[in-house]
Amino acid sequence: MIEHRPDAETAKKELVAKYPSKVGKKRGNQIQINHVAEDGTVPMVLANSRTAPGIISQRGCTYAGCKGVVLGPTRDIVNITHGPIGCGFYSWLTRRNMTDAGADGENYMMYCFSTDMHEQEIVFGGEKKLEAAIQEAYDIFQPKAISIFSTCPVGLIGDDVHAVARRMKEKLGINVFGFSCEGYKGVSQSAGHHIANNQLFRHIVGLDDEIRGSKKFRVNLLGEYNIGGDAFVIEDLLKRCGFELVATFSGNSTYGQFANSQTADLNMVMCHRSINYVAEMMEKKYGIPWIKVNFVGAGASAKSLRKMAAYFEDKELMERTEAVIAEEMVKVEASRKRHAARCEGKTAMIFVGGSRAHHYQELFTELGMKTVAAGYEFAHRDDYEGRDVLPTIKVDADSRNIEEIHVEKDEAKYRNDLSARKAELEAKGYTFADYKGMMPEMDSGSLVIDDINSWETEKLIEMWKPDVFCAGIKEKYVIQKMGVACKQLHNYDVGGPYNGFAGAINFYKDIDMRVNSPVWHLTKAPWQTVEEDVAVAEPVPA
Amino acid sequence: MTLLRHTPKGEIKPRENLVVNPAKTCQPIGAMYAALGIHGCLPHSHGSQGCCSYHRSTLTRHYKDPVMASTSSFTEGTAVFGGQSNLLAAFETIFDVYDPAVIAVHTTCLSETIGDDIPQITKKAIDDGKVPEGKVVFHANTPSYVGTHITGYANMVEGMVKYLTKSTGTKGEHAAVIPGWVEPADMRELKRIVTALGVEHVLFPDTDGVFDAPMTGKHVFYPKGGAKIEDIARAGDAKVSFALGPIATRAASEKLTALHGVEGEVLDLPIGLSATDRFVDAIRKAYGIEVAEEITNERGKLVDLITDMEQYLWGKKVAIFGDPDQLIALTEFLQTLGMQVRHVVTGTEGNFITKRLTEINPEANVKVGGDMFLLHQWMKNEPVDLLIGNTYGKYMARDEDVPFLRFGFPILDRQGHQHFPTVGYMGGIRLVEKILELLMDRIDRDAEEPRFELQM
Repeated sequence: MIEHRPDAETAKKELVAKYPSKVGKKRGNQIQINHVAEDGTVPMVLANSRTAPGIISQRGCTYAGCKGVVLGPTRDIVNITHGPIGCGFYSWLTRRNMTDAGADGENYMMYCFSTDMHEQEIVFGGEKKLEAAIQEAYDIFQPKAISIFSTCPVGLIGDDVHAVARRMKEKLGINVFGFSCEGYKGVSQSAGHHIANNQLFRHIVGLDDEIRGSKKFRVNLLGEYNIGGDAFVIEDLLKRCGFELVATFSGNSTYGQFANSQTADLNMVMCHRSINYVAEMMEKKYGIPWIKVNFVGAGASAKSLRKMAAYFEDKELMERTEAVIAEEMVKVEASRKRHAARCEGKTAMIFVGGSRAHHYQELFTELGMKTVAAGYEFAHRDDYEGRDVLPTIKVDADSRNIEEIHVEKDEAKYRNDLSARKAELEAKGYTFADYKGMMPEMDSGSLVIDDINSWETEKLIEMWKPDVFCAGIKEKYVIQKMGVACKQLHNYDVGGPYNGFAGAINFYKDIDMRVNSPVWHLTKAPWQTVEEDVAVAEPVPA
Repeated sequence: MTLLRHTPKGEIKPRENLVVNPAKTCQPIGAMYAALGIHGCLPHSHGSQGCCSYHRSTLTRHYKDPVMASTSSFTEGTAVFGGQSNLLAAFETIFDVYDPAVIAVHTTCLSETIGDDIPQITKKAIDDGKVPEGKVVFHANTPSYVGTHITGYANMVEGMVKYLTKSTGTKGEHAAVIPGWVEPADMRELKRIVTALGVEHVLFPDTDGVFDAPMTGKHVFYPKGGAKIEDIARAGDAKVSFALGPIATRAASEKLTALHGVEGEVLDLPIGLSATDRFVDAIRKAYGIEVAEEITNERGKLVDLITDMEQYLWGKKVAIFGDPDQLIALTEFLQTLGMQVRHVVTGTEGNFITKRLTEINPEANVKVGGDMFLLHQWMKNEPVDLLIGNTYGKYMARDEDVPFLRFGFPILDRQGHQHFPTVGYMGGIRLVEKILELLMDRIDRDAEEPRFELQM
């Protein structure tokens, strides 16, 4: 029997030893062995820091975070990439954001729009071409809004996309706005999220004050991107419980929802990393409090729904919510028991995103599996250690370059009733604007690695031989060539949804399939001897 | 319910500035693909890390296999001060951690706009001892704002000739075969054909065995496939070179002639009957050989299949988009099959492409430097029986209810292209088989009861 539990200290030393000394020193601060102290504090992880040149990282760029992640799932804005053709092409339908526009609704998500900059624009400037491209887009499509996404050369040659946006907004009479989301800004996609948040808030939120739908229990869901239909599951749940979902940022969303989102009574933050900025700005300007929720995992979904219902302190809402949870949990438990029997005791590693590496641990726990190592691709320290560390995070040069919008209270629209409710509830122990991060919920002794790279991924698999390794498309086939199942947590291997109760059931089934598939035992032909170091999906001792 | 519901039928409004649904992507991904056709090579993207991430993701989705490449990870500071220190640091880290035999650096729009001088930085790296003895670093300029992914492939292959081929002064009898951007299976098939013809050769780049690696329980960071650096060097002594696909390989062929006096034949990609004929015949003439019976037999089988099934192909209208070398050869083949090519779009621009495509398809709508939005409008205005192109065509195919043959790059929703060739006579047979399946499945699906046939 192979021992699958190497010593974390030794492992860390081995990982770091490979690098040139400067790189190794830095990686040493980005790799931590978790230790949850009695007061709940955890070790400091260096995060949101530059990837060393030459390292084969999981990370993408600011443009990807802005155009691909945050604005990608909104269906009725014509998103024009200003730059050479590649960036627009690669971000075209590649994130599996689903949307439901109805039979004839406005939906541009299947289109890719680009100014396709050529050398001439690089030399003489691209503003004219951009302006003409916006006009052409308007003439053909007549959308309600057009947005512009800047790629690397745009910043360098000095095109003022915001000035072009202002001119065209005035000329066309529709909303036109730009994003300075050049790929080289920041250190990862994260900067792009922030830039996207800023411009959504600046240019759309607050434009429409009409209350539509129910006047009661109005909520926004922030940081949910409808990968594989996740948002559809949550929409259904909220409706059945009796909540009025005003806007989702930005899964299955429309321009109109953003414009109307300030009419909500509560913001719920799902992916803390990518969207907390909007939550914070909306609270400052409009007085809408925010809470952290999580719909990954059946238990977490129930907890989040209960917390939402508790906020409104309405008996009927709470009862309906409990009824929905009870109904769903019957189905969940039946499925969970069946699959947990086959998955219990197995191990997982999760290296992905800015919140998923934390939240998906819930689902593995429900299956009786242990997450032995985890880390984020583009998160910050607060996502690891909790928001309590926010005041201690040093702002480096890369972060300082990303705009912080100064937001002031909107006296006319500010919801004094909501801030009063917040104070009242807080007095009773209800927590707002609180995120404890990933590490306090992980075992002491587990490995936490920020911005993991291909070398470390392979070493971890060799050393630990986990039963499933969760990552993205670039890592997927490296992991599987090693005989270990990979579950993609960006595109779900074209599976899902994995949110809510129905999603949990899908996940249990998919993980069971992945870790118990007979194919892992067929790596070797009958005439080949099985080498000791070949990972096959044999049961791991608990 | 249509998917691309905002694409209007009827009047086609002129667009000079806005590309909608591109039939192309940018240079660096082509350079990355080509560089992975060298054994032991790590492609390095000199730019923001998003470029490298996007290219690796797209290639990975196309192959469902590992695609390893590194990046200079530019930040705002790098954009201001230039990428030299990042590239120097990258070399050091790459050799320590990933230990490649070769690093193939390609540039991006960012590093090109800054004006980074890669040969100068590489020289500094060598002078500073950051490139270990025996390791090779070479580069290609691949500004994303010039040309397309095919240009990037062409530039990287030209870079291979420039940096890696050598002449000893003694010409050999071997041939250099330079394939355009084709699949690993196609590279393998080209080697098989040339070998069957009895001609010793070196083929580069060669992605056979790189993106179609077997599952063994180990990740082999540098897969077994790929042209070996010493084999590429031998191209300098070749008797003749055969460059397949003028857009992707002419530059490399001409460079090989200029540097080492290797006589170069630039041919179409050998896709379909006539283009394969020209390829085989060019080798026959250059070497004065008799064509092996094995190959002539394969040709006969392809002709046989066409004669047997002509009634299902003849007169059928086709719309096609993709890369220029493929379109030139494939539209010629479709004519051979008796099909009518009605609409042709490629994103790659060039007068030569326009000339060839309109010569082959004089009746067709041809747009060189066009996009899929235009193609879709053409299809709405004049419907076709078959659409051929990369995966992004599936939206148009569903909207117009047209059978869809996936061909080209990228194919994100089906597998097999890395394993089964479309070049050569056997590749021609596979293409005809695929087209027939699509068209005949449609006949079976739509036939009314009295006309539903057992034999076809």
